Amino acid sequence: MSEIKKFMYVNRKAPYGTIYAWEALEVILIGAAFEQDVSLAFMDDGVYQLTKGQDTTGIGMKNFSPTYSALGDYEITKIYVDKESLEERGLSLDDLQHLVWEDEDEDWAEKDSIRLVSRTELADVLAEQDVLFNF
Amino acid sequence: MAMLHLVNKSPYDASSLETASSIMKGDDAMLLIEDGVYAAVRNGKAAASLEGLKVSVLGPDLAARGIGEDKLIDGVTVVDYAGFVDMVEANDKVQSWL
Amino acid sequence: MGSIEANGKNYETDEEGYLADLNTWDKDVAEVMAKLDDCELTDNHWEVINFLREYYEEYQIAPAVRVLTKAIGKKLGKDKGNSKYLYELFPYGPAKQACKYAGLPKPTGCV
Repeated sequence: MSEIKKFMYVNRKAPYGTIYAWEALEVILIGAAFEQDVSLAFMDDGVYQLTKGQDTTGIGMKNFSPTYSALGDYEITKIYVDKESLEERGLSLDDLQHLVWEDEDEDWAEKDSIRLVSRTELADVLAEQDVLFNF
Repeated sequence: MAMLHLVNKSPYDASSLETASSIMKGDDAMLLIEDGVYAAVRNGKAAASLEGLKVSVLGPDLAARGIGEDKLIDGVTVVDYAGFVDMVEANDKVQSWL
Repeated sequence: MGSIEANGKNYETDEEGYLADLNTWDKDVAEVMAKLDDCELTDNHWEVINFLREYYEEYQIAPAVRVLTKAIGKKLGKDKGNSKYLYELFPYGPAKQACKYAGLPKPTGCV
């Protein structure tokens, strides 16, 4: 196995109006099989992907919001959410799903996956990545 | 002569909401559908564009996106698909801002 | 598109034999699918199949094999949460074969 690289997926689209969000999620899950150091960032309209209480029965589309809760199982434990994008949209962390991962080394203790960051902090995180995908 | 303006794009990703609201006059009404519903969130930046306008949002699109009705700007009404049809019928013309 | 028959009922499948609509799934069709692969379903098989259906119900995806192995280990114990055990039950690949019997789509990322 070659050396582990830092992979970053930047999600910037709302969930149901276009297919980007779901396609990105599939790419992320497939990519997780390569056992790299994966992080996700949600900014701009991408923050809408993580809202809780999504119910798509009225629009006849698959509700894929529960899939974000599986990211921890795929060892994706670093999910950065851009604070400015949330605030600009009248949202706060309380409007988002509570995403956790279980630490096998600490008897499956639940730990928070979401890290609320400022634009400057996010820029620092992006700067240290090896490979970036923007959806 | 009233016109119904349909906006289906997020106000943070496209200019349709801003353009549509600047064009609206008289008894014109706006219906936010699909990603357009995000514009009606009370504390969002886009809320300012809707001031003084007659605005409705499509309930099923709101629910799909996890936006509770309690988060909407005061005065914005929620309609279902039948309400959508009523609005089309009540206006002389319909313009979709794609 | 294809179809499979179990107990006089027809089930629509895709070209690889996965159910087209997971809501049409029942135990009969799982048994027939397994028989076509010369596989007799035991309680141990059902444990995995039921686990997969619950996983899909909760997360709306079929888990990758690595994720499945770990999750089974957590739920049913380390002696079952390893690839040797799972490959013995499902020699065509635990995620692929068990997902098929469970009526789920092919796991994301499975080629």
